[in-house]
Amino acid sequence: MISRPFVAFGLFSIALVSIAVFAGGCRQSADPNAVEILNVSYDPTRELYKEFNRVFAEHWARQSGQTLDVRMSHGGSGKQARSVIDGLEADVVTLALAYDVDAIRRKAGLMPKDWQSRLPNNSAPYTSTIVFLVRKGNPRGIKDWNDLVKPDVSVITPNPKTSGGARWNYLAAWGYVLKRELGDLAELHDPNSADAVAKANEKAREFIKEVFQHVKVLDTGARGSTMTFVQRGIGDVLLAWENEAFLSIHELGPDKFEIVVPSISILAEPSVAVVDKVAERHGTRAVAEAYLKHLYSSEGQALAAKHYYRPRDAEGVPEEYMKRFPDVELFTVRDVFGGWEKAQAEHFDDGGVFDQIYKP
Amino acid sequence: MNLKQHSVLPGFGLTMGFTLFYLGLIVLLPLAGLLLKSATISWDQFYAAVTDPQVAASYKITFGASLVAASVNAVFGLAVAWVLVRYSFPGKNIVDAMVDLPFAMPTAVSGIALTALYAPNGWIGRWLAPLGIEVAYTQLGIMVALTFIGLPFVVRTLQPALEDLDVEIEEAAASLGASRRQIFTRVIFPTILPALLTGFALAFARALGEYGSVVFISGNLPMKTQIVPLLIMTKLEQYNYAEAAAIAVVALGASFVVLLFINLVQWWSRRYATA
Repeated sequence: MISRPFVAFGLFSIALVSIAVFAGGCRQSADPNAVEILNVSYDPTRELYKEFNRVFAEHWARQSGQTLDVRMSHGGSGKQARSVIDGLEADVVTLALAYDVDAIRRKAGLMPKDWQSRLPNNSAPYTSTIVFLVRKGNPRGIKDWNDLVKPDVSVITPNPKTSGGARWNYLAAWGYVLKRELGDLAELHDPNSADAVAKANEKAREFIKEVFQHVKVLDTGARGSTMTFVQRGIGDVLLAWENEAFLSIHELGPDKFEIVVPSISILAEPSVAVVDKVAERHGTRAVAEAYLKHLYSSEGQALAAKHYYRPRDAEGVPEEYMKRFPDVELFTVRDVFGGWEKAQAEHFDDGGVFDQIYKP
Repeated sequence: MNLKQHSVLPGFGLTMGFTLFYLGLIVLLPLAGLLLKSATISWDQFYAAVTDPQVAASYKITFGASLVAASVNAVFGLAVAWVLVRYSFPGKNIVDAMVDLPFAMPTAVSGIALTALYAPNGWIGRWLAPLGIEVAYTQLGIMVALTFIGLPFVVRTLQPALEDLDVEIEEAAASLGASRRQIFTRVIFPTILPALLTGFALAFARALGEYGSVVFISGNLPMKTQIVPLLIMTKLEQYNYAEAAAIAVVALGASFVVLLFINLVQWWSRRYATA
């Protein structure tokens, strides 16, 4: 009974291995006029880069005559950064937050310290923010951050420890309380209001703790949370990237969900960078740089807007895309939290604020 | 060496040398790497890392759920193996092959499939929800996933043992006046107990390390439904390799103790069975 399947399985795996070896061998004998780069990205950019890669390949063929093949790798932002640190040969990275790109610099030294100033807008060609996705008709009446802690409201967000998107969610909620308590976020930089700031931070901590008491499922990544909310029907409100929320509505029909834009949110700046050491080894620096620069072109910006990312420059972006993005007060991590490194150490590292709110 | 003269395989020295080399390469080398990594932090840090309340809670959840899942499989896996060995029915080969499916499925696929079934809007979950039974996103969900992936281990280790069990022995016991219950508890059970324990141990060990299927169904809440492998992943995610290794070392040590204990029981039961 047992031996036949095993023999079959053995033959099957031998076949698989030989296919893999064969396919691997084939890639070596590529056309000299062909060039290949690997873009290591995070979860919700699948659709954007699928289209952008095609458009850029045409652009690059016109410009240089080379046929370009852009390979993609998607996953949780932190995990992707770790793969690159551990040796995944990415020519460019397009991750969810500057902290993850910077980790590649700190841990593996694959790029210079000034990587973020090499491209305009802190190397973030498009931005996004955090919004709420609620069920059609908004049955729980969720309008703003403070509605998340109403009794019986169940909130879905990924785990900030494993998901870049979740960290934006968390910081956006924290910033909301600071704004509510201080009236103006500029107070944060006023030495005279240190007491008020400390008090506001204390309130923010209590609020975050309360929000996470309303969280029933902590998925490891943003896509997982979207699936939990959309397909499993769990929760009343999903804290999501604006682009991810639009995508869910677009894919599943506006008759099931709607987007609620809170009074204030965070400016999420997904960062892009050439991985210098890898690109130099592959001889792909020119194409990798052109690839990222093209994200800033009006063609790139229009594509970003089409895929629900907020473009940096609305010039040349069709009006039908621009009108999707409601006006909302946005603050940056640098202004409110003093940068990612500080925010990470204070809130998300082991023993940080996030761990403390789960202390029994 | 007495064995040398009677062994059909030539060259005890060669085969033994290869065995040690192979085990060293496949098993001991990665384990040594793990220990070395965890040794890069001080003893105090090590202790603090593994006794953190979140870590302690996840040890309890993982070991508890794995034990429950392996026990459930031991009982129902025995029934499945019994039916597959003792009876013949149309489609038996298909049923037999189905037992291996949890082996073959990518664990993430199993996790997503189980979550889709047991979520409150899923095929099974919607009937359980009105009864107040929540499976997905609770500890019960973890047990369901671990039971799913552990079943083949119990069935596949029990099948050969049951095949070896002659029906004549049962007939002999019956002719000597044993009741059906006595036949099971005195004749059948002691004979298959070693195999059952092996299956249990394998299912348990597999469940301890399971990540892919559980993270989808468990909800991953710290202190409630966060399993050890997920916690290790989170530490890795923060580039905290040493603490991740520390947590893994303790989990590994604990499972080694459990497996050793099961082996001792097995050794004891074998002696008991032959005595």
